[in-house]
Amino acid sequence: MRLVLLLLCLCVPTAWAAESSLPKIDIGKGGECVKDTQWMRKNHMHLLVHQRDETVHKGVREVTNSLKNCIECHASLKDDSVIAREDSFCVACHKYEAVKLDCFECHSGVRKSAWLKRNAK
Amino acid sequence: MSDINLQRRNFLKTAAGAAMVTVAPGMLLFDVAHGNPQSVGKVRWGMLIDTAACVPGCNDCVTACNKENGLSGGTSATDPQWIRKIEIKDISSGREVSLPMMCQHCEHPPCVDVCPTGASFKRMDGIVLVDKHLCIGCRYCMMACPYKARSFVHEPLSDQNPDVPRGKGTVESCTMCVHRIDQGGQPACAEACANKVILFGDLNDPDSEIAKKVRSVVSTQIRADLKLNPGVRYQGL
Repeated sequence: MRLVLLLLCLCVPTAWAAESSLPKIDIGKGGECVKDTQWMRKNHMHLLVHQRDETVHKGVREVTNSLKNCIECHASLKDDSVIAREDSFCVACHKYEAVKLDCFECHSGVRKSAWLKRNAK
Repeated sequence: MSDINLQRRNFLKTAAGAAMVTVAPGMLLFDVAHGNPQSVGKVRWGMLIDTAACVPGCNDCVTACNKENGLSGGTSATDPQWIRKIEIKDISSGREVSLPMMCQHCEHPPCVDVCPTGASFKRMDGIVLVDKHLCIGCRYCMMACPYKARSFVHEPLSDQNPDVPRGKGTVESCTMCVHRIDQGGQPACAEACANKVILFGDLNDPDSEIAKKVRSVVSTQIRADLKLNPGVRYQGL
């Protein structure tokens, strides 16, 4: 009995700590346009890689799975970006999972409508 | 000793030959390199540039390209330039011509031939592009291009046009504004030219304006002797 209690005492704070350190994500407008959240968390990279090859090589600019379209909804409503802050949509999770995010070395992380507005002149 | 070796060599030769033929009917273990089958597209985007109407000193096409694709506009050796204005002079007659020079979108592009990763490729519609996801920045294509059309991105970039991703460590060149073409638009340079010097269209469609003009006026391809069949043609050179 004592052992169980000891184990419980050890486990509860760890679980609590894990829970509280989950990333807090600014999801922008959010919503579910491709698949449910859990599926997307696991598989979004496959959709993006497939779409990128279709677009670059065949010129298929289908909107649903395009990076630009993802950003359009998921960019923060505060700064129109998915990468600007620690809690931005892409950064928050990738930082938590320690996965390097290199899309945005070339791609713009800013909502296109906002970029166009800024560069309208 | 040498007799044995000779027999051994002959045996190996025959074995290799047999293996080459007998993998499966119609399928060879080794295949001879042949032309890219992508060249049999229905559409072939091209440009016809009327050098007689091109005003010396005018830089509107270059400015439009820089703005559209997010280039700095600098002209040093390390600044990417997708299109340049060139003034040429025939020394014996003194005749001067001004023309824009960019990727000529060859039918048989040498940049594609030399690319070790398959990053440099030609689309079905004749546009020659760099897939920057595959480009390792080796710059073989820049050396192979007889038009010096390609640039290397030396500096980190920020705030790119969402339609035109560009980044450090990759080679890039004129894309004929592929993001506009795919949406039914025109390249930025053709749109910006006040004198309508750059005529853009489908060379394979006999009813298109460009195909009609190519049929009716004298036009030349630059370095036609290389037989690369560029999609960009010049009039009045």
